[in-house]
Amino acid sequence: MTTTALEAGVHPAVQQGLHLEVTDVCIQTASVTGITFSDPTGAPLPRYVPGSHLVVQYGDGANAYSLTGSGSVPSEYTISVLRVEDGAGGSLAMHRLRIGDRVRTSRPRSAFSPVATATHHLLIAAGIGITPMLSHARAAAEKGEAVSLLYVYRPGAGAHVGEARELLGPALTECTDRYSFHEELREKLSSQQIGTHLYVCGPAAFMDTVLDAAAEQGWPKSRLHSEPFGATELDPGKPFTARLARSGTTVDVPEGVSLLEALEKTGIGIRNMCRKGVCGECSLSVLRGAPEHRDLYLTDAETAANTTIMCCVSRSLDQELELDL
Amino acid sequence: MHDQPGSAVLPARIARFPFPFPADSYRYSTNVEPAPNPVQTEAGTWGTCILDIDEHYLEELQEREKVLNLDPSRAQVLPHMRFAVWDAIATLLPLLAEEHPESFSFTRNGNACTWRNTVQDLELEFTYGDDATLPEGPLRFLGSQIQDDIALLDQREDALWLDAGLVTFAADWSLGFDVGMKFLEVHGPVPRVHEEQIMARAQQFLMRLQPGEKYRRTNWTMTVDRRLDTSTETYAEWASDRSTVSADPSLPERLHLRVEVQHLIRLPHSGAVLFLVRTHLLPLSDIAQVPAWRERLGRVLAELPEDMADYKGINRYRRAASDWLLAG
Repeated sequence: MTTTALEAGVHPAVQQGLHLEVTDVCIQTASVTGITFSDPTGAPLPRYVPGSHLVVQYGDGANAYSLTGSGSVPSEYTISVLRVEDGAGGSLAMHRLRIGDRVRTSRPRSAFSPVATATHHLLIAAGIGITPMLSHARAAAEKGEAVSLLYVYRPGAGAHVGEARELLGPALTECTDRYSFHEELREKLSSQQIGTHLYVCGPAAFMDTVLDAAAEQGWPKSRLHSEPFGATELDPGKPFTARLARSGTTVDVPEGVSLLEALEKTGIGIRNMCRKGVCGECSLSVLRGAPEHRDLYLTDAETAANTTIMCCVSRSLDQELELDL
Repeated sequence: MHDQPGSAVLPARIARFPFPFPADSYRYSTNVEPAPNPVQTEAGTWGTCILDIDEHYLEELQEREKVLNLDPSRAQVLPHMRFAVWDAIATLLPLLAEEHPESFSFTRNGNACTWRNTVQDLELEFTYGDDATLPEGPLRFLGSQIQDDIALLDQREDALWLDAGLVTFAADWSLGFDVGMKFLEVHGPVPRVHEEQIMARAQQFLMRLQPGEKYRRTNWTMTVDRRLDTSTETYAEWASDRSTVSADPSLPERLHLRVEVQHLIRLPHSGAVLFLVRTHLLPLSDIAQVPAWRERLGRVLAELPEDMADYKGINRYRRAASDWLLAG
């Protein structure tokens, strides 16, 4: 029906997700391109929590990118992608997208949300780390909440600088060198009102620097937030084989497919309820092999015993796992 | 299908009742499942919709209005939850219209919203985010459109906090007392669930819910007469019935199985967790029209450990109830 620009099969991370069309491509800087997606039928898109990301499939892979809008009533999703020449290929594929191309994406996922009780949001971004901060700044502006942004970028390579200036006015502080950034950071960290929450996004070393400096100045950990891409999602895991002792058959469990799903696909119904590793319904007895436990149900002792597995989320550390089935 | 001969003639209040017991004994568990999901029972089906509208719609909403007018503390919104309330409106009104298009419609252009409710003969225009455009404010308005009680949980500091709600049909608890507490503190008095880590697991589960995800669970207790408002605030009005009902010859008509169908929804924009609690009451005399229910409820009540019966407040009459059910 439609031609899809980037994909082969459907990546597990975008299953039950969205099928979107590229409706705009905008060069931000020499290495950053903004891409806008809309629903091809013109339908409104799911709303999202500020700071959310979208997983976009390319070929066999999928990458997460921050959404830059406020998320309140989105008719389109916009991401900005930094071209990484020696990466896995995702950013290069994104940069090849043209208007009219179709892509598969996840639904927006939240892992870097604003704190509702904050009296002030202090946003700190380096380089492409500006993207979730734009989302936070826009949402705060819509809600009339106090917000300020400290943005460091290489001279001439600041993505979204114009929008940030327009959005924040005097609440934006720009730095284009490390020395002035450290000066500004020290000043900001020592002058915030009580109840301020700090949000930081950028390269890992940059985030560590900011968080360490805040901790040194006595900021409580609960007031500090950094962008942890994908931390709420279970990774697709490694493939393994389930050997069913009673029937003497084997079931292959590929990457991105749960043991429960794999069993169901071969016609073996397992009693289950939440499919999230919390309710305990889908427990199976393990006869041989070490499960990779990823559930929230088993006690520490049961987890260590390796005789039970919650097959909706947990996998196998060994190539083969023998089950009492 | 588990339908029994004659089930087609059961009235809707029985055929649609969410009978909650899969076995002859009951213990607490983290019994969550994706919603909506129709469940076939021995009497019919429930769970087809998230927002259940039934024959009691107008009557229950009038009852809620009366309770709120007498005691406005049944609705609480801590200041930081104002946007979560609007998020709940932007989520639930379209859902209500989608699930019951014959009765409701919702349109939104930017922040301009139009809501039609033909059951209440209501047509309303309001501005998203502007409290002044809804009579009595956004939360009371939402509570006037759905039969469910509403609770909103904020997520911060690695915990969930009960920071807003509209609860007029509480099963012996008080929103006014609990507002501002952590989820685990709210459930502090429940026996067994802490040793068994059930609440800690439930909180972990809720904190990992992604925007737009919808789950549900059931909970149950019993209530004398068709009384929805059994909150702590009105304890003096209903508590003594629990002692007198066991000797009352009209026990089968007066004593109701009270089932809460609770929906757990991560709101898409605020990130708050929305808890909807929809209360269903069915007298034992109706339960007994379904032989499998009669026997199962009788056994559950007979077997229930003392501490759980005590916490549910049913210890004074549960023997009388199970005896009557099992004698059938």
